[in-house]
Amino acid sequence: MRVNLTVNGVAMQADDVWEGESLLYVLRERLALPGSKNACEQGECGSCSVYLDGEVVCACLVAAGQAQGRSVRTVEGLADGERLDPVQQAFLDAGAVQCGFCTPGLIVMVHDLLQRNPQPSDPEIREALAGNLCRCTGYEKILDAVRQAAEVKAT
Amino acid sequence: MEFLQPASWAEALELKAADPRAVPIQGGTDVMVELNFDRHRPPSLLDLTRVTELAQWGTENGHVRVGAGVSYSRVIAELGDQLPGLAMAARTVGSPQIRNRGTVGGNLGASSPAGDCHPVLLAVDADVVVASVRGTRLVPVREFFTGVKRNVLAPDELIESVVLAPAGGPQQYSKIGTRNAMVIAVAAFGLALHPAQRHVGTGIGSAAPTPRRAPDAEAFIDGVLDSDGLWDSREPIPDAAATRFGDLVASASSPIDDVRGTARYRAHALSVLARRALVWAWDELRGRR
Repeated sequence: MRVNLTVNGVAMQADDVWEGESLLYVLRERLALPGSKNACEQGECGSCSVYLDGEVVCACLVAAGQAQGRSVRTVEGLADGERLDPVQQAFLDAGAVQCGFCTPGLIVMVHDLLQRNPQPSDPEIREALAGNLCRCTGYEKILDAVRQAAEVKAT
Repeated sequence: MEFLQPASWAEALELKAADPRAVPIQGGTDVMVELNFDRHRPPSLLDLTRVTELAQWGTENGHVRVGAGVSYSRVIAELGDQLPGLAMAARTVGSPQIRNRGTVGGNLGASSPAGDCHPVLLAVDADVVVASVRGTRLVPVREFFTGVKRNVLAPDELIESVVLAPAGGPQQYSKIGTRNAMVIAVAAFGLALHPAQRHVGTGIGSAAPTPRRAPDAEAFIDGVLDSDGLWDSREPIPDAAATRFGDLVASASSPIDDVRGTARYRAHALSVLARRALVWAWDELRGRR
């Protein structure tokens, strides 16, 4: 089947989509947007987190057809041209990136968190990131990055 | 495989009647896992996310009707005041990403013994509204589950909504797992105090082939509260009675040993969860929490 959707503000079309395929597969394999990562394929790890009509979801759990006509924003759509989003910059500055596999999902999730709650407490950060697994950093640098991004955004 | 995308509830029911093997999909948090791992390949998917009627909740005849497509996130944000137990349960589901997509209707449809909504829905005696082209019927949630991941739905039926009374007293939901997020309950317990009816409702999760009530525990604690005049005096529940209540809840379960825990642990955990939930709810009623 054919799926039409808007990704990062651009109208896109995917053809020959299998009816049981996920939005994640469409993004990565058909629309050349490999930023969202494919890891657990069961909603456990958060590495495929994207905005779907403004809400963060696991792209692996959205059927491709469910995204028909919807608006998707991926990690590729956060930077302003060459200028990184403050969340992306904070992850770099804080050393919150090691292997990098969880990073795109975490960045989308943190982006959403700071939009809804510009000054989150530590428990609020932990709660918001409960569905994003990282096996390298031990999370401390990620928490630092979130606090830094919140600070930068506030100024 | 076919992808069916009805734009209205009437169309959804017609499509389901024409193709009873079509698998309904809402948030996809269960269905997509099955597809991603190729465990199940249904002839068609029936996408219900375009059926706007399902994504609504409202109040009718003093009861809250929660459409099958209302997400956990919305239950927490919009219904926490009226349905505190259901909102507590929703808060324990998965992660923010999962709660943005997963729905109460999908939880019921999957009918997992570990479904987080079920214990609370049992404790408040909710009704499930199911529909087909043949008509609509109301199924008490107490009669809805028939086995592990099985329910009373006929092949042409879909879940429209769940109907429950706004809380008349404190409610609780507790769950045991290895961490706070992304956990399938090892054991879970829902409780509702119904001061107007002078009744305590219960619901057990993850400790039997289906979610189920603990009728003996309910009868016991109803008797204690009544004979000791506690509904009027609002005095504390005696420790021995709370412990006995927990034990009766545990004995209403029939858990198994599996990767998440042993039967013995589940029964023990359930007795503790039930005792604490009762005391927490009672303290809230007394204005002490």
